Amino acid sequence: MSWSDVTYDPIDSSDVLERVGTPEDGAVALFLGIVRNSNDDRPVAGMEYEGYADMAREQLAVIVTEAAERADSDRVAAVHRLGELAVGEVSVAIAVSAPHRGEAFDAARFVIEEIKTRLPIWKRERYLDGEAEWLEGHLPLAREGAP
Amino acid sequence: MEVTVLLFAAHRELVGAHDMVVSLPDGATVRTLLVELRGRGGNWADLPLHGAVAVNRKYADGETVLSDGDEVALIPPVAGG
Repeated sequence: MSWSDVTYDPIDSSDVLERVGTPEDGAVALFLGIVRNSNDDRPVAGMEYEGYADMAREQLAVIVTEAAERADSDRVAAVHRLGELAVGEVSVAIAVSAPHRGEAFDAARFVIEEIKTRLPIWKRERYLDGEAEWLEGHLPLAREGAP
Repeated sequence: MEVTVLLFAAHRELVGAHDMVVSLPDGATVRTLLVELRGRGGNWADLPLHGAVAVNRKYADGETVLSDGDEVALIPPVAGG
């Protein structure tokens, strides 16, 4: 069964993995987004993720459903984190299982790309020098996520 | 009628407000609301007229007609992942 969530709690990637996989699946793809320690050579201390949580939860469920249709697999799981994250913490985890690797990789890629273009989440990078900046994002189109 | 307006991230910081109730004439659209907000002057005038908007947690556009009790969120360019 497909599953998705948007949470302020730390993400356990093994928990996300356990939500996919059936005896007919020969492939499992796991994607993790991680807060990295620099951006454009500027040392990063951490990342603050702000979200329109209720809408993000609904939109992520729509994205996961679309990914499941594309992969012809209902084993798609995705979770996005909100709040203050330190370098090295997981901000997003996506797991897909399918009979073959192609569908699994494609569906996982689809989910992360769609998250970046339409999930109502924003991030502010905090730098070691004490400054912080909202990162540039994508302008979602009205048709995306429409019923 | 009254709608609830939600502001996030850079928009929230720009005007120093996260949520508020706004009174609008019947038949008002998203565009009507944005013009009203921008008309408050100061930093409000810097809110985008053509940015993304969600009505009741679904992406909408400027022509979307609002109803009493709607939740309207101004969505700055998104940056999840």
